Amino acid sequence: MAHAPWLSILVFFPLAAAAVVAMMPTGSPRTARLVATGAALIELLVSLPLWWRLAPRAPGFQFEESLNWIPAIGARYHLGVDGVSALLALLTTITTFVALLGAWTAVEKRAREFYALVLALEAGMLGTFFSLDLLLFYMFWEAMLIPMYLLIGVWGGQRRVYAAVKFFLYTMAGSVLMLVAILSLWLTQRAATGTPTFDLTVFYQMPLSPSHQFWLFLAFAVAFAIKVPMFPLHTWLPDAHVEAPTAGSVILAAVLLKMGTYGFVRFAMPLFPNALQVCGPWIAGIALVGIVYGALVAMVQPDLKKLVAYSSVSHMGFAMLGLMALNAQGMAGSMMTMLNHGVSTGALFLLVGVVYERRHTRLIADFGGLWKVVPVYSAIFLVVMLSSIGLPGTNGFVGEFLVILGAFRHQIPWAVIAATGVVLSACYMLWMFQRVVFGPVTHDENRGLTDLSLREKLVFAPLLVLIFWMGVAPQPILDRVQPALDRTLAITETRAAQLEHFREPVPAGARLAARAAGEGAR
Amino acid sequence: MTAGAPVLLRVDLWALGPVIALTLGALVLLLLELVPPRERGNRGGIVSLLALGASAWAVLRVAHAKRSIFGGMFVHDPMTVFFTLLFCAIGILSVLASWDYVKRTRINQAEYYALLLSSVLGMIVMAASNDLVTIFLGLELMSLSLYVMVGFRRTRLDSNEAALKYFLLGAFASGFLLYGIALLYGATGTTQLGRMGAFLAYSPLLQNPLLLVGALLVFSGFAFKVAAVPFHMWTPDAYEGAPTSVTGFMSAGAKAAGFAALLRVGLRALGPVQADWTPLLAVIAFLTMTVGNLTALLQNNLKRMLAYSSIAHAGYVLVAVAAGGPEGAAAAVFYLAVYSFMNLGAFTVLTMLGEGRDERVLVSDLAGLGFRQPLLGIAMTVFMISLGGIPPTAGFMGKILVFGAALQKPELGWLVIAGVLNSVVSVFYYLRVTVALYMREPEGEPVHVSWGPAAALAILLALAATLYFGVQSHGLWQQAKDSINGLL
Repeated sequence: MAHAPWLSILVFFPLAAAAVVAMMPTGSPRTARLVATGAALIELLVSLPLWWRLAPRAPGFQFEESLNWIPAIGARYHLGVDGVSALLALLTTITTFVALLGAWTAVEKRAREFYALVLALEAGMLGTFFSLDLLLFYMFWEAMLIPMYLLIGVWGGQRRVYAAVKFFLYTMAGSVLMLVAILSLWLTQRAATGTPTFDLTVFYQMPLSPSHQFWLFLAFAVAFAIKVPMFPLHTWLPDAHVEAPTAGSVILAAVLLKMGTYGFVRFAMPLFPNALQVCGPWIAGIALVGIVYGALVAMVQPDLKKLVAYSSVSHMGFAMLGLMALNAQGMAGSMMTMLNHGVSTGALFLLVGVVYERRHTRLIADFGGLWKVVPVYSAIFLVVMLSSIGLPGTNGFVGEFLVILGAFRHQIPWAVIAATGVVLSACYMLWMFQRVVFGPVTHDENRGLTDLSLREKLVFAPLLVLIFWMGVAPQPILDRVQPALDRTLAITETRAAQLEHFREPVPAGARLAARAAGEGAR
Repeated sequence: MTAGAPVLLRVDLWALGPVIALTLGALVLLLLELVPPRERGNRGGIVSLLALGASAWAVLRVAHAKRSIFGGMFVHDPMTVFFTLLFCAIGILSVLASWDYVKRTRINQAEYYALLLSSVLGMIVMAASNDLVTIFLGLELMSLSLYVMVGFRRTRLDSNEAALKYFLLGAFASGFLLYGIALLYGATGTTQLGRMGAFLAYSPLLQNPLLLVGALLVFSGFAFKVAAVPFHMWTPDAYEGAPTSVTGFMSAGAKAAGFAALLRVGLRALGPVQADWTPLLAVIAFLTMTVGNLTALLQNNLKRMLAYSSIAHAGYVLVAVAAGGPEGAAAAVFYLAVYSFMNLGAFTVLTMLGEGRDERVLVSDLAGLGFRQPLLGIAMTVFMISLGGIPPTAGFMGKILVFGAALQKPELGWLVIAGVLNSVVSVFYYLRVTVALYMREPEGEPVHVSWGPAAALAILLALAATLYFGVQSHGLWQQAKDSINGLL
């Protein structure tokens, strides 16, 4: 295995599996789903060594693969991982498997196309996390939109076409400006050294004038902020979440949103540190608005999926706030929040999917007293809900605590406002839970609900394990991400310090002309 | 006799091979009409494929040679080779797309293929000309053939209307071009591009109204052919009325030929005064993209939609032309090549829709097609996302190279931003096609798909090219750069 192109296998195996599933005969949705779930399981197993084979303290990226791709413009096929991307990749493979398993009975029509698209999406997500070449990254980043767009648009709810097109256009509008910024980086680098490249590690070394940084940072930040999504660019999210099929919502919440924060950690922050110093407080402010706004709006939602969607806006605000604190605790907390949000919100969407499959409604008002009818379901719901609130002992607590700690060390008011977000999240979640699960059974249709089947229990089992494990013993995770985050922080800080004194390189001709002018004056 | 002379002759003959092969092919086709055709045969198509294949082969034989033929009027250089191969590919794909379409719409006559060949011949002459007079010759040969092809469905009113409109406006544009050539000749004393460039480099005549008006008129003539705003009015009507196979052919071929000639004139003759025409080109590029994309949003007829989209794509290529220099020109060449494949592919899909003589080309006709005809659906989706410039397709690489070239000029930064935002707008209408394909159920009777093996082959070839150049564009980009750097 030592020399096998492991990351490439991880990226392209799902794609190959997707092609196989897509070409299976139409008459056999069962085989299609068996093959697809099997492929996702294999992918998960193959990705698991990322956990123990990763050497967290090793400098730079690991398992690197670098091949010439388009030499004429200097683009390389360059993959590699560090602690951050390795854990996000693990989150991706786990989520995809769980989402596929959870969708077994939900998707009836056009099953093989559905499974093929989910697998293709997985390939795109992993490629995005592994890419260390900006052009390659951008290709995966945007190509990934296509399967997600189709998943929402074909298998979604009533307003699925609207939601799918909105999702696509929003994300694309943000990312084309990032493309211009990438091209600008590429040209600057080529003008300075003569050899074109899109390699991230080279760009980490490249000086950039602060004014140039500002515009490039803005372009990157908008692209990532739409994906996170940050207030006020979040409006695509509730639509997409509500209309998407359960598996789509789960993947969207658990992985796609993380691409935004990941983009900040990997690209926007270390590449443009001076711009970050200027814009950071503003972004933190917007993140705080998002935390409170998301929580308040979530409180009044009548629809379960919408409630979870707005809670995502709030939680991802925490992740952004932690990054902007620019210290070890904040960044680690942000990373933990990303992972926690992936697990908890993914589980929440699955839970909503379970009742939706049985009742074909997601309105809170249509439920009530579920504990008496479906106790196992309700117990799992309780745990997941509490982890989403951030109860100590569950994963949510660790992330939020670290984010608030980091924010406190940076700006005390940030921490105060963020803490109100925690309180508000308890309000909307507990209130929702009370209306759905406690009290008498208010609707007769709910009396006949069946509890979780064995398959569904299997779906939730790994998520519950993760919730408790990450809550009680987060240290192994922190051990893996902390060195990578410290490195990012170090790059950011040293670059910022170097570039304090940055001066535009003066072309030789201009210097001569200036000297000639000076001599002439003398 | 020295050893060099016969070699020279051979190279010249091979270099003229495409012209000879296509002329012979067209003549054979016309003669064949005297013999009554067999019921199920398609000799016209076969002869055309042979002629196109022969010309591609001939030019490949001497791909690395450089020659100036007929006293410098006709040149054989890497750009000629590149465009000759591109036009042959466009011709072959168009013949394959026409194969069954012309049979089912009852326009299967040898003249159809003869005109197609002479039109390809005109395109090659345009790209290979180093003299304004020969450029005009090629342009007229191409245009006259196209006028007739657009009106080939004689029994249909809209086809007649389209041909008449295209002809009348095209005749005007030809007049402009010719007058512009005359004025340029008056200003510089030559029609040969190289000499004109040398003349302008040593004695700039920027104050000379003759030069300015002449250049403007020449540019207008080309702008008409490539459908740039404000000379785009004919496009939607001509595209809609023409037989679908012809629409695909002209949308790819005529545009590429117009740009090939424009690039040669721009680089060779007007290169020394480039700084003067860049702002004008930038504004026209901006208008072309924006008008094309915004108008395409409102179309329900796919042929009209693709017509406006082709206007927008002319705008993207103009961005590259405005960027200028070898890199901008190479980006334009690259973009034209990938655009030809994806656009021809999309039109070939359209040729399959409908039964007998009728065409079903409304967006709503595609409803549910993606699941009933998976291959057709996937192909159309790939062509649409490629036209929208989304990875991993060739259209995306085209946009990268075009905007990367333009971004090198700081004064064109606004144009690049406008360009990428335009591509977001365009994605909206390209997505409408995929929405129809996968997310709508057909109302009433679903559209009949007339499968034909030749058209399926054309779609597969276009699909392969679109995807291949999307993930591995190094070779094509190198060829495009060589074609510009080796310009004679």
